[in-house]
Amino acid sequence: MTGTVQKFMPASNPETAPFWEACREQRLLIQHCSHCDQYQFYPRMLCVNCMQANPDWYQASGRGKVKSWTVVRTPVSPAYADMTPYVIALIELDEGPTMMSQLRDCADSSLQSGMRVKVVFEAWSEQITMPLFIPAEADIV
Amino acid sequence: MATLRGKVAIVGAADTRVGIVPEFNAIGLCADAALKAMADAGIDKSQIDGLVTCNSMTEPHFYAAEVLAEYLQIFPSYCVSTSAGGGTTYTSLLQAAMAIEQGLCNTVLLVLGDCLRSGLSREQALRMQSSTGHREFEIPHGPTVPAYYALIARAHMDRYGTTAEQLAAVAVEARQHAARNPAAQKRDPITIADVLNSRMIADPLHLLDCSLVSDGGAAVILTSADRAADFPKPPVYILGAGEGHGHEHISAARSLTTSAAVESGQRAFKMAGLRAADIDVAGIYDCFTPVVLIELEDLGFCAKGEAGAFVAAGETSLQGSLPMNTHGGLLSHCHPGNPGAMFALTEMVTQLREAAGERQVLNAETALVHAQGGIMSSHATLILGRENQ
Repeated sequence: MTGTVQKFMPASNPETAPFWEACREQRLLIQHCSHCDQYQFYPRMLCVNCMQANPDWYQASGRGKVKSWTVVRTPVSPAYADMTPYVIALIELDEGPTMMSQLRDCADSSLQSGMRVKVVFEAWSEQITMPLFIPAEADIV
Repeated sequence: MATLRGKVAIVGAADTRVGIVPEFNAIGLCADAALKAMADAGIDKSQIDGLVTCNSMTEPHFYAAEVLAEYLQIFPSYCVSTSAGGGTTYTSLLQAAMAIEQGLCNTVLLVLGDCLRSGLSREQALRMQSSTGHREFEIPHGPTVPAYYALIARAHMDRYGTTAEQLAAVAVEARQHAARNPAAQKRDPITIADVLNSRMIADPLHLLDCSLVSDGGAAVILTSADRAADFPKPPVYILGAGEGHGHEHISAARSLTTSAAVESGQRAFKMAGLRAADIDVAGIYDCFTPVVLIELEDLGFCAKGEAGAFVAAGETSLQGSLPMNTHGGLLSHCHPGNPGAMFALTEMVTQLREAAGERQVLNAETALVHAQGGIMSSHATLILGRENQ
């Protein structure tokens, strides 16, 4: 490991590959169990509520609210230095599951728990497009 | 139901020098701690037939316990390496106690050591930052270890009105305790303003809300209660033990403000037949200031949302209702990673032996230690006492 440090790129596996394929198409997938009507994230081969195998993929609305947030002022590695400071947030999707993400386009002073957000996508490599979030208001065209 | 209550005792306990200890690598710290604990127990290695340890971050081995047994030339009948992050110490102790109670071994050396301050390479430091968190769904976004804990701090503030000053009070109190402990890494007094004016690491956590990065090791010797009187120092008995496991990744937590310390605490108190009010002195895992508040609440020392005011009112000082982390804790004594919680354990042994000098809690008969690993993920609680009835 000499020279440039790389970002911590996600390596997909058979269970999660459909999620990352959908991100490349700017779609946010979670899972839905048709047996017990439960949504879940991260992807698993079973429903964590009723243990039914093979929950369905479901395209989430991509909207939710901030459950908690922090501004990282010392980057996790030099690869993240150019985006520092950056906001790490826990997003509660409208469907129910929580996911961690970066919150973009949001001034520190306007950050607050409960704020509405929506997903955006950013290509980090040919294989990986990351789901990130912005304030929902910023979506108004 | 059979219970471990009072069946196992700590008969030896010792720390290495802590802080910046460049003369030892991780296994050297373990060996130094082991020698000192055996001396404290008045035994030599021929009497050790159980060895419990945890992998180090600076010198990871596939078979960490076997490497240490070989290094010390100990040939145990029970030999295990445990990994539960910061909670490893008490989880390991519980396993050692069960092995003794089941007759698998008589005398266990529980020893942990690591040198995060002096021995970590840049590559290892980077890997350590990314060792916690979900590899696909958390780590790529770039959270640091303080950032994960900042998320729970913010949630506690939002839900209960906890303030940055109350978080800072945890760090100030830790430093006041450390000032009485010559072994502590940081002993210069700090104020609330010092904490709030220290560099912001991950809002709302400042540098002084974060624990130290240290070298250090510690060890305890455990044996069955019926053999405990044969050792020179007053035994400290395990009265209660419990674990709780809520999640691994913070984004999958059932709650950001209530942890599985609720379950681990209830299980330990039930085994001990005691209540929070019966505890004279406590060791509460303090890797970051908000962790202390959630643990104090979840263990029942105060109601949910009230720990900030509890600490700010001085209740965890030497004169308070619950003297806490009298050695200085991870915030001011030392934090070498996985061994971190060992020092609260050895401090509670020192307190229950009434050997803590100017930081002695008067009439300390019952102690509680609690630790967590991951991001409020794996919790373990022990209740210790001078008497085993």
